[in-house]
Parts: sequence; C-alpha cells; structure tokens
Amino acid sequence: MIDTLFIGMILAYGFGASAALVFGRGSIGRWLVAVGSVLGAGAGLAIGIAVIAAGTPVEASIPGLFSFAGGLLVRLDSLGAFFLILIGLGAIPTALYGASYSKTYEDGRGSLRQLGLMLNLFLFSMSLVVMAGNIFTFLFAWECMSLTSYFLVITEANEPETLGAGSWYLAMAHISLVFLTILFLLLSGGDWSASFNSLRSGAAVLSSPLRNVLFVLALIGFGLKAGIVPLHVWLPLAHPVAPSHVSALMSGVLIKMGIYGLLRVVLDLLGGGPAWWGGVVLGVGSVSAVLGVLYALMEHDLKRLLAFHSVENIGIILIGIGAGLIFRSYGLITLALLGFIGGLYHTLNHAVFKGLLFLGAGSVLHATHTRNVEKMGGLIKSMPWTAFFFLIGAAAISALPPLNGFVSEWLVFQALLGGFQIPKPEMAIIMPLAVGMLALTSGLAAACFVKAFGITFLAIPRSPEAEQAHESSWSMRLGMGMFAVLCVALGVLPFAVVPQLSRVMTGLGGLPASPAAFSFNLTLQSPAAFGQMSPPIIALGLVVILGLIPVGMRIFRINQKRRVSATWACGQISQTPRMEYTATAFAEPLRRVFAQLFRPTKELSIDFHPDSKYFVQSIEYRSEILPWFERFLYRPLLEMFHFSARQVRRLQSGSLHLYLLYTSLALVLLLVVARWIK
Amino acid sequence: MMSFLLEIGQGLLALALAPGLVGFVRWIKARLQARRGAVPWQPYFELAKLFGKDVVISSNASWLFRAAPYIIFGSTLAVACLVPTIFAPLPGDGVGDLLAVVYLLLLGTFFLALAGLDPGTAFGGMGSSREMTIAAIAEPTIALAIFGLALGAGSTNLGRIVTNTLANPILALSPGYLLAFAALFIVTLAETGRLPVDNPSTHLELTMIHEAMILEYSGRYLALIEWAAGLKLLIFFSLLANLFVPQGLATTLTPTSLLMAGFIFIGKLAFLGVVTAVLETRVAKLRLFRVPELLSVSFVLALLSVISSFLLR
Repeated sequence: MIDTLFIGMILAYGFGASAALVFGRGSIGRWLVAVGSVLGAGAGLAIGIAVIAAGTPVEASIPGLFSFAGGLLVRLDSLGAFFLILIGLGAIPTALYGASYSKTYEDGRGSLRQLGLMLNLFLFSMSLVVMAGNIFTFLFAWECMSLTSYFLVITEANEPETLGAGSWYLAMAHISLVFLTILFLLLSGGDWSASFNSLRSGAAVLSSPLRNVLFVLALIGFGLKAGIVPLHVWLPLAHPVAPSHVSALMSGVLIKMGIYGLLRVVLDLLGGGPAWWGGVVLGVGSVSAVLGVLYALMEHDLKRLLAFHSVENIGIILIGIGAGLIFRSYGLITLALLGFIGGLYHTLNHAVFKGLLFLGAGSVLHATHTRNVEKMGGLIKSMPWTAFFFLIGAAAISALPPLNGFVSEWLVFQALLGGFQIPKPEMAIIMPLAVGMLALTSGLAAACFVKAFGITFLAIPRSPEAEQAHESSWSMRLGMGMFAVLCVALGVLPFAVVPQLSRVMTGLGGLPASPAAFSFNLTLQSPAAFGQMSPPIIALGLVVILGLIPVGMRIFRINQKRRVSATWACGQISQTPRMEYTATAFAEPLRRVFAQLFRPTKELSIDFHPDSKYFVQSIEYRSEILPWFERFLYRPLLEMFHFSARQVRRLQSGSLHLYLLYTSLALVLLLVVARWIK
Repeated sequence: MMSFLLEIGQGLLALALAPGLVGFVRWIKARLQARRGAVPWQPYFELAKLFGKDVVISSNASWLFRAAPYIIFGSTLAVACLVPTIFAPLPGDGVGDLLAVVYLLLLGTFFLALAGLDPGTAFGGMGSSREMTIAAIAEPTIALAIFGLALGAGSTNLGRIVTNTLANPILALSPGYLLAFAALFIVTLAETGRLPVDNPSTHLELTMIHEAMILEYSGRYLALIEWAAGLKLLIFFSLLANLFVPQGLATTLTPTSLLMAGFIFIGKLAFLGVVTAVLETRVAKLRLFRVPELLSVSFVLALLSVISSFLLR
C-alpha cells in the first residue's frame, strides 16, 4: 500500500515536471503542472498519515543507485511522516493557487517551463529529505532541495533585485551544506554510506566534547535553513522576489526542513544532550522571535514583512523545542513532551497560516502590482474574498482564539510555565524570561498584523493601482480558502491533532509513549493539570454569543436604522487618501519605544516657496533603521571575502606560459602527495 | 444544565454591573474634584439613549466596521462568563484559563484597532496605533503575572487559583502575590484606558487613545463598544479582587451564600473604583512615550514576583 503510494508520488511529480517541459506556456501546461504537484503531495500526505497510524517505520533501498555512497536508502519514521504531511498540506493549496497565479508569467517575465519543472522537483526533493535513511541520501536530497528552490526564487530573473537575492540564498544554502557535511562526517567517523540507524547507535559512545561540537554544527547548519537570528538575512531577501506561491512554500514548508533536521540530529541521532543545549535553542528561539517581529513591524513591503514573521515563528517553534530539550535533560518527560508537541504544533500551524498570508499577499500583488503597503488601501471592497482570508490568517498568526496560532502558543506557554519544576534555579529562571519574550512577541505580532491588514485592506485606496484592484480567480481563492479552513480546523480540533503529535515524538531521544497524564479530549489539558482550555467550547461560545447579540437587540427593540455619510474630517469638505494614517505612522510609537534597537535616522528636506517660508512647495522625508546584522556581521565578512578574492586575482596575469607553469606545478605536487599518502 | 446557567448568570451579572461601575468611578472622581457630577447610574441612561439613536457610518467603512462592535462585545462577554465574580470554582473552569482570558481580550482589542483604521481618518489610525503599542508592551507583564499566580496555585485555571488561595489565605500575603498584584494593577490602568495612560474623559486628539479609535462610531454600535469597555474594566477589577483576595466568593450553591457573595463582590468593586478615582485625581496623564517606562516598571514587578516565588518554594 505504502509502496504503491510512494511510486505514485514519484510518478506524479515526474508527470508534473515533464508536463512543464512539454507544454511550457499555456493554461493546459500550468494546470497539468498543478495536477502533478497536487497528486504527488496528496500521495505524500497519505503516506505520512499511514505511517503515523501504523506507528512503524517503512524502509526501502535502491543499493544499485549511487552505489559508491551506499546507495539510496529511504526510511520513513513517524517524525519524517509528520513533515511529509506538512509538505502535503502546504503544497496542495499552493499548487492550485499557482496554476492561476503563474499566468502572470505568460508574458515572458519568467520561464513557465523552469517554474513548473522546478516546483515539482522541489516538492519531491523535500519529500526525499524527510524520508532519507542514510547520510548520502539526506545530503543529496538536501542539496537538490536547495538548488531547485534557488531556481524557483530566480523565476523573475530579469528583475535586478532577484539575482542578488538569489545569490544570497544560494550562498547561505551552501554554507549550510558545508556545516551539515562536516556534521555528518564527524558523526559517522568519515563513513559516507552510514545509515541513520548505525549513526544512532554509534552516537552514544562519542565523547561529550565531540557531541557538543556536533550540536553546534547542527544548530548552525540547520539554523541557516530555518532562518534563526542572525542567520536569517536570506529570508527577507529571497521570499519577496520569488513568485508568491513559491514564497508560501518556502516560508511554510522549506524553512521547516531546518526544524526537521535539528530534531532528527539533536534529539534522534544524538539522543538529546545536557541542559545547556536546550538553553541555547531556547535563547536563540526567544531572540529570533522578538527580533523577527520587531523588524517585521518596521517593514512596508508586504512580502518582506511576512518573511520577517517567518523568523519570528521559527523562534516560537524553537522556544517549544528548546524547552523540551531542557526538560528532557532533567528527566521531566511529560513536560518535555509538552514542549516538543507545542513546537511541532506551531510548525504545522505556521505552515498553514503563513501559506495563507503569502497567498493573500500574492493576490494583492497580482491585483495592484506593488508590494508597498503605503500604496494600498480599500482592497476589502474590491477583493472581499482575499481580504476575508487574509484576515483569518492575520488573526491566526496573532494567536487569537479560536484559531490555530492560539492553541500552539498556549501549549508552548504551558510548557514554559512548568519550568519551576527544574531543580537548578539558574536554569529555571530562564523560563519566566522566555514567557515574557513569547508574550511580547505575540503582542507585537498582533500590532503588526493590525498594521498589515488595516493599511492594506481598509479605508480608502492610496493609489490608482489600488483603486483598480480586482478579485483573484477562483483557483487562487480556492487555495486560500483551503488554508483558511485548516486555520479554523487546527484551532478548534486540537484534541484530534495533539495525540498524533505525541505519537510522532514517541521513541525519539528515549521519549516514552504518550503518558497517561495527557488527557486531550474536548478540553486540552497539560500534564499534572497545570492548566486547561477547551478551544471547541470557546469557539462555540463565541459563535453563540455573536448570534445572540442581534437577537437580543431585536427583542429589546433596539433602533436598527443605519445611514451612510462622509467621514468626519474636522469640518473639511472632502477626504483624500493623503489624510489617512500610513503604515510608517502606525509603527512610529513602537519605533520610538525600541529606538535603542532600531537607531532610526531621519532626513527631512523642505523646499520653501521663494517668497515666504510659510508656504512649502515640497517636503521630502526619509527614515531608515539600522540593519545591525547586515552591517556589523555580514558586511565585514563580505569585505574579507572580496579582499581575499582580490589577492588571489594576482595569480591571474593573462600569460599562457605562466598558466602552463601552474598546471605542471600542480600536477607534480599532486603526484608527490599521492605517492606520499600511499 | 445548572452549571451552564451559572456560567451565563455570571456573565449577565457582570454585564449588568459594568455601566454602574463606570458611573461610580466617574461620580467619586467628580466628588474628589469638588464637582457635583452625574449620578452613578448615568451610564445606563447613556446606553439606553445610544441604543435608540440611528447609526451613521462612514462611506469609506467596510463590513468590518459593522462587524467589529459585535466581535468586541461578544469576546468581552465571553470572558465575563469565564472570570469568577461571585462563585468559584465555576463549572466551566476548564473551558478557558487565564491565558485564554488574556487572548480573548486581545481578540477584542485587535478588532477595535482594525475598526479604528477602517473609516480612513487620521484620528482612528492614531488611536489604533497607540492602542496596539500599549497592548503589545503590556502583554509580557500580563503573562508573567499569570506565571507568578500560577506558581502559587500550581495551575493557570482561574478556579484553581481561587480555591488554592482560599485554602491557604496566607498565600495572598506572599511577596510573589503582592508583586504580581502591583504589576497587574498597572496593567489594568493601561488596558482599560485609565489615567495615567489614557484619559477616559477627553476628546483631545493629542492625548486620546480609546476615544480616537471609536470616534466614527454612533448609535447602537457605540453603545456596544462603550458597554464592552465598561465590562473590560469590571473584568480586570474582578481578576484583581477575586484572584488575590478570594475571600467572600461563594463556594456553595445556596441563595443566601450567592446573595452574600454578590454584596461582597460589589463592595470589592467599589473599593477598587475608589482607589482608581483617587489615583486619577492625583496623577496627571503621562506623555505617550513615557507609558512604556511605566509598563516596564510593571514588567520588572512581575518578574520579581516570579523570581521570589521561585526562591520561596
């Protein structure tokens, strides 16, 4: 059954990829590409569900292929299956959406052949990453995933910013690969072909300094992909320039591969570690969460804003996982399980609501041809469906009940609140700090999404483009609608999801099967009854109350008349968009509150009328915030790189004789070395 | 069925008392400022009048502007059903804990801020921006104060906290509880738009926050929002009163105990109302950019509360 589905998945992605090559442009080609991705992702989803339901890993190997490195080995356990489900849930709506969205490339701005081919290969290589059972398969799939996503990012290759962003992404992806290669070679003692099973048994006897080095390598290597601070710089560059449905996949699913890798290596292969590992993960997570949302607040490019929120949410996921690692090291198993479950649940939720938000941003971009929120406004009237779906996504990411973001943040909060059980006070004190950071993050996220939704969709259009906006096509709305339904479902039905997540974690790093202390029925209850909450009853209560208010108003014969009139503008006759509040102004108080971080610089140049300084002809205002990481971390690195490149360039004289000398010298040197090694 | 009725009854009681509480604070304030002031039950007349008026909405506004008052009122009423006012532990104690209460209130704030942006005036945007800034900065304090309370009781459930404090009354005097109380009191002032954070009785564009957001509302929509704002004040007061000093809450379902608890509850509200009124006549409004400093004070208090609970365990 699973074998058939697996072959079906390969065939479906292959079908989608070849359809792109055969048809290229045209609606038939775009739809066949989407059909391939949907079927492939659907098969992956089914495999994932089957494996979690069965609870036993499935294995398959093709030793003949790449036999020099031990052959391809596929082994899917329930952790991999969870991420396979994640890929499926993220890919199906985005592929449907993409079928219509990619119509915009019919005019030749990007190659539809490349887009369709790479999309299917990308989805397949991600599926292979979570199924990999040995080092070679994992690194091979990982590299395929990075390369195919690079080609997806540079779909609009003619835009000047695209290639720059693509290069950043490619460079960061390969730095990640370097770290991961070192990690796996150290872990296996240099054996390329080692399977994960043998690594797991071998890791127990490694010395503890080596294990610490491996942990740091894993955190950096996988953190680069996940986008933790300060390794996040590629996200706000690459997400905005990619086609929007690709951004949705990258932000929703691709960066989660970093989380998968971290769990696989640190928890599964290494079997967990000392408490400070968890402390580092928790600290990195808290910093990423707060800085991510703070930078998002200052952003007025809708897709860059969402990219920074990915950094924030990766932070929240890592807070959960870090807490889990800490609890595990102290033997507090139920709490550890709660932390991991919170992290995994947020992983799933983030894929859903961030997918939805990126698709919504794509529809807005499609309709207005701008990503600058200052030029939008009033779209709720011209694009009612998109606005409604985006609002659901915005409320979900702000952790508002009864949607999904609330449930996972609640679980993470509950795990952190259990921190007082940690015997070491210096470790326990981290927990309240993390609680504060997480709460600040969710408050700021709510502020940021009031800004993002309010300025984009409400009030009056701020530009002619926004005025002429139109609603997206049905398949784009279908894609967003599927995500929106998932947002509500995951928010209202956690009791169906949480037990499955505890099954996923069973056996990883010695975590036992779901202990009896978990009772997840209608009410969500954390171990040792620390807190209880019932999302379905809250949702039901809200719906009932909302329904009863109008009924009550009828019963009490409240005046139901309504008149429409102009907005009151202090006696002014007409109201123009220039009187509206802008996104910059909206974020100004927070910019001042966090001025130490942002270090805003202001430039104001006023052009007065020559006759009187009381008449202003034009005002130019420019304000920037200090990009700490780009300036103080990456710029010196880049300068060093450029400097060494300049030094190396001296070797190049252009003289053929000199080059022949180099070649012969290199040959002699190689021969000597080869001889010596023998 | 009985428990269900109790839950609803609590919510309705809070709903009925809320305008009176607002009027009472105003009345005390007027007296302290040597004015005669309107009668404490004036807000009931105001609500009745607003409910009778036509609604005028901006031509720029969308469906969100019309839906927001219901969502704000509904979410606040839902919270009022969860928070113990006269009886604890409530049968629906497992429906929503303190965290759920906080996030349900944030749901109302979120839609209020969106509704402020919808008509497209600068006032609304200004109010929304300020409201969300303050809400965001107050959030960590609330979470930590919850942590401090939960540490003592071993649960974030409201009912558990109350019964635990009832069983060990000395707990209410522990430094963890006292510091958490101080932190939550400051947050209450910020979240419910009282001085020194926001001035509930001004319509001056430089200072207003809450009033700026709802400037475009009228008629029954305004009535719903005003009522919800009063309810929010009452919710925060009952959290302060019943979580820290649960004495007087009914624990058995008899008419006399409920009646008794009702009177004690009104007494507690009146006490907090007087404290607020005195405070509001004594302090001036802070500049907006000073408010974060006040809130960081409350954050430090909450953090100290948690740390002292850790150390004293």
